[in-house]
Amino acid sequence: MAIEVRIPTILRTYTGGAKQVEGAGSTLGELIEDIDGRHSGLGERLVADGGLRRFVNVYLNDEDVRFLGGLETPVKDGDTVTVLPAVAGGTA
Amino acid sequence: MLSIRRELHDKIVAHARADHPDEACGVIAGPAGSDRPERFIPMLNAARSPTFYEFDSSEQFQVWKEMDERDEEPVVIYHSHTATEAYPSRTDISYAGEPGAHYILVSTRAEGETEFRSYRIVDGAVTEEPVEIT
Repeated sequence: MAIEVRIPTILRTYTGGAKQVEGAGSTLGELIEDIDGRHSGLGERLVADGGLRRFVNVYLNDEDVRFLGGLETPVKDGDTVTVLPAVAGGTA
Repeated sequence: MLSIRRELHDKIVAHARADHPDEACGVIAGPAGSDRPERFIPMLNAARSPTFYEFDSSEQFQVWKEMDERDEEPVVIYHSHTATEAYPSRTDISYAGEPGAHYILVSTRAEGETEFRSYRIVDGAVTEEPVEIT
């Protein structure tokens, strides 16, 4: 068993086009470090200055991790982590 | 070029007008790989602001999951500017995360007419494209 991570189109350049990759770790932060080890550069697109970038939404199963514990959110085998581009913008 | 049915064009304009002076936003899903906008999905603007929009992250998760299950993709992502022209702002460009999508901007700044324009936004580069209403 592992943790499945779903990758959005815009980040598939880091995964050789794969829609999902697998990883391990006990927190979201560890999981991201683990997958970055095999898909170099991916971690940097998700994390900056010790926190999740505002341009991405990351969900553990179906909950936004910002409401759980961010990078400290505990994860375990069998979980699914989904990354989506945040959709936002405006005049300002 | 973006080709879009009159009915979908009218729904975007109606949504933008209804939420004015706040920005309105949403998606039109279509079969993956078809480049054909078909299913109109108005989204909440979680920012409820005249100068900013953002999808509610939980609603977005559900909508993206549903598209995935139906083998669809976001063919169009639209939002409105309510006091400025229908051209992507710096914020719009920095957030644009769907390289395959047509980004539609409408402007409701003039009461009588609504500007309706479409763009590709890839790696920070904006390219306007013609819109064909069918």
